[in-house]
Amino acid sequence: MSPEQDIPLWLALGVSILALLGAFLTLLGTIGLVRLQSFYQRIHAPTLGTSYGTASIVIASILFFSYVETRPVLHEVLIGIFITATTPVTLMLLGRAALYRDRAEGKDPVLPADEQADAVFPITSSRPHRQ
Amino acid sequence: MNTAILEWSLTIAQIMLGIAMLLATFRMVNGPRAQDKVLGLDALYVVAMLELLLFGLRSGSSIYFEAALVIAILGFVSTVALAKFLMRGEVIE
Amino acid sequence: MRRLFPYPLLIVAIALAWLFLAGFSLGQLLLGTAVALLAAQGLAALRPAKPRLRRWDFIPRLVGIVLLDIARSNIAVARVILSGEREKLRSGFVSIPLQLRDPVGLAVLATIVTSTPGTAWIDYSDRGGILLLHVFDLVDEDDWVELIKNRYENLLLEIFE
Repeated sequence: MSPEQDIPLWLALGVSILALLGAFLTLLGTIGLVRLQSFYQRIHAPTLGTSYGTASIVIASILFFSYVETRPVLHEVLIGIFITATTPVTLMLLGRAALYRDRAEGKDPVLPADEQADAVFPITSSRPHRQ
Repeated sequence: MNTAILEWSLTIAQIMLGIAMLLATFRMVNGPRAQDKVLGLDALYVVAMLELLLFGLRSGSSIYFEAALVIAILGFVSTVALAKFLMRGEVIE
Repeated sequence: MRRLFPYPLLIVAIALAWLFLAGFSLGQLLLGTAVALLAAQGLAALRPAKPRLRRWDFIPRLVGIVLLDIARSNIAVARVILSGEREKLRSGFVSIPLQLRDPVGLAVLATIVTSTPGTAWIDYSDRGGILLLHVFDLVDEDDWVELIKNRYENLLLEIFE
């Protein structure tokens, strides 16, 4: 932004609040990603950033550029749509892959701990636990 | 004056996203398992994309937007490929 | 006509996206439309199942419900992450038998469930139509079954079947 032209207060405040809110939500998501205990809990955390975190930063960008260029600038909407459409796909694939890997090692996360013995596959149970 | 407000809050937002990138990188490096690393990578590219959008806001140029779009597309494809590999890799092993 | 212009909505969407990215002008409009037509021909060669929408009028209601739920779920998950209640936190899996069979409807349901921070779609079995859902803050399993079935599935059944 060029310093010689000042922007109105409502725009500065609106864009600031939206950008801060989006960054804060995204930060919370990654804090959860680090601090939560199991993989299946962690898979929920990044969604904070990809739902309303992305949405509010995208809206902030649309607001600002629409004012500066004095015409509606909507191409950020493409990023919003793209993230909304792709995040569920990656998270679902990851969830299924994790479930598959856990089951292949004989630890079915769906069953409670005391029923684990029934879930052990004979072929894979002899394999040593690996990372 | 109003531009200063915007400058400051954008700086704070960018620092928050920077910390978020570090945290996602921590998860990506430390695992403990492969699916956690891929999840970390997934979060990392989304945060990097948002950071680029904020850079675009700060400089007022739309070139950052194109970069953000490229990161979003490449990040999606790579995460899907990695998730696929986590399932298929085990089978062939 | 149908052969030349399959998937009219897709063609319009791609042409619009092209215009957003490249700027609005007559030349870009022609170019974007040409690309959109090619893309639609490519999709037609794959022959995906055509979605049939029965009730257009329910879609705004669904969108409203989903936006509200995502906001609420964002707040709930953020609160758990911020407060130190992670030891008490009980996450778990819920199996939900679904009536919905339409592939597009299921895809929409999967997108809704995964976009909401509190829930994640893990697995779906084709034969029994059983959805395996992971819930971040699981208090009562039956509550979640009821929630998914009443709040989303009924609407999706109305829209798609």
